[in-house]
Amino acid sequence: MAIPLAYNWRNLVVRKATTLMTALGIALTVAVLVAVLALIEGLRRAFEATGNPLHVLVLRKGSDSELVSNFTRAMYQDLKFKPGIARSRTGEPMASLEMVTVINLPRVDSPEGMNVTLRGLLPIGIEMREEVRLVAGRWFEFGKREVVVGKSIAARFPGAELGKQLEFGRGRWTVVGIMDAGRGVANSEIFADLNQLSADYNRAEVLSSALVRAVDSVAAQALINDLSSDRRLNVTALSERDYYERQKISGAPIQYIGTLVALIMAVGSSFAAMNTMYAAVARRAREIGTLRVLGFSRLSILASFLVESVLLSLLGGVLGVLLVLPLDGMTTGIGNFVTFSEIAFDFHLGPSSLISGLLFAVAMGALGGVFPAAVAARKEILTALREY
Amino acid sequence: MTEIVIQTRDLDKEFRRDGFSITALHRINLEVRRGEFLALMGPSGSGKSTLLHLIAAMDRPTRGEIRVLGQDLRALSDREVARWRNRHIGFVFQTFNLIPVLTAIENVELPLKLTHLSKKERLAHAETALRLVGLADRMHHLPRQLSGGQEQRVAIARAIVTDPDLILADEPTGNLDAASAQEVLTLLAKLNQEFGKTIILVTHDPHAARFAGKTRYLEKGELLPEGQVPD
Repeated sequence: MAIPLAYNWRNLVVRKATTLMTALGIALTVAVLVAVLALIEGLRRAFEATGNPLHVLVLRKGSDSELVSNFTRAMYQDLKFKPGIARSRTGEPMASLEMVTVINLPRVDSPEGMNVTLRGLLPIGIEMREEVRLVAGRWFEFGKREVVVGKSIAARFPGAELGKQLEFGRGRWTVVGIMDAGRGVANSEIFADLNQLSADYNRAEVLSSALVRAVDSVAAQALINDLSSDRRLNVTALSERDYYERQKISGAPIQYIGTLVALIMAVGSSFAAMNTMYAAVARRAREIGTLRVLGFSRLSILASFLVESVLLSLLGGVLGVLLVLPLDGMTTGIGNFVTFSEIAFDFHLGPSSLISGLLFAVAMGALGGVFPAAVAARKEILTALREY
Repeated sequence: MTEIVIQTRDLDKEFRRDGFSITALHRINLEVRRGEFLALMGPSGSGKSTLLHLIAAMDRPTRGEIRVLGQDLRALSDREVARWRNRHIGFVFQTFNLIPVLTAIENVELPLKLTHLSKKERLAHAETALRLVGLADRMHHLPRQLSGGQEQRVAIARAIVTDPDLILADEPTGNLDAASAQEVLTLLAKLNQEFGKTIILVTHDPHAARFAGKTRYLEKGELLPEGQVPD
């Protein structure tokens, strides 16, 4: 049987000022880590939420993003009658020719502007994106300089609000609608008429990509194989899901730097926990001696002080998690390495981030507590009883 | 003839400090029988507490033999000593040594945590011990909410709760006023007379020693022959 937990818990309560200060140090470290994890998780969810499993994205061979891909209208004409491509209600092949470019939009906190993805597409392209729905205004009219912006764009760029005009290409484009793509990346994009856009950019023939929908998952794979091995077309075909999945790498620098910062802070927090526990061991030497006289082994003493340190850091962990809870659902944006534009997404504080934060706190407590606990366990009974 | 519970033969204890060897006990030959109430007296530094610590296996002798309850204490490992002490020894300190963050009943329950008793049984035992020392109405008080005398009575309840064979008290009245000291000594005498507990009381107070059935004197680390009183 071990020394009761109440002994450790009440000792933490008795020295509440020291406990709180140490716990706060640990809380900040846990908060940094959990915030980074919530950011990465939010980014992952945004990319995972984008892409229909039946959709196949077709790029020019050698291109790894739509932005650098050149896809011609001629290639599109050859492509859209390939077997396995689904048909729309009107019998039209579900193949969308698209043009992707970036424009620079100024923001309050970034006056020099941020890159935003601009996508030109045909009516079928909008029809294929069932997850995208209009939440304000209307869809752009084909043949006009009108755009529909993702909800994150509308919220983050004052110049892209409904009714305002954006200047790019050869003129001013009016924002006529705001779209919501759930958690998908279209929230960070601007949609416009493909033909109007390609004319403005002098890219009437050379566009970016094609998005096609297969009739089923088997056909999707067959289509990928067929397109990728078609030497005449000379294209790369991949599942839309895979394409966005690969873009998760954009979060890697933040993940590395954030984790590194959290680890460096963890060293400091562990030392704080260690300092607190060394003081506790010194202050409670006589109690340690008494517990040994009562029959508790050195191992029980070691376990008791280790548990106390872990309890202390768990308290810090809980505080840290509480500190970052308001971040949950908050929208932020980072630069996407593949599209060279900003992608906005929501912080997501899922159970795995929270549990990781708490486990991180436990690890800090265990690391900080092990040496003081060993000192406590090593004390000779009579030496301990004589200390004050 | 009653059983001998403590037997030492030529027991020596030396401490080394700053390269010097200090003899705390020299050739101690002591026998204590079951049910005895023995007072160990002597001036400060005479070695009486050291002897008590050796009997409680809180320290190890430099030379000589010590058998307590038939057990050669030198043969036990650290872990075995802890278990043995929990089962057989009840120790009362001069400074009470209660755990400040635990209530009276939790302090008394503490040694029972090392037994196989259930929580309910542990609390029942602790309650009985506290009733025995007259603190039934202070069970849920923290040590700082008790008087010195009450604290020491809680410490005695903690020492007897495992029903040990030996109660060792190191200057238990040293930090108490006269009235509280009287209560504590009366309690120890009651434990000896009514419950047959073997008690060794270390004290330098002749009044306290009068509660014991027998008094032995230590002087400069040596145990004076039985019946001999220092000059």
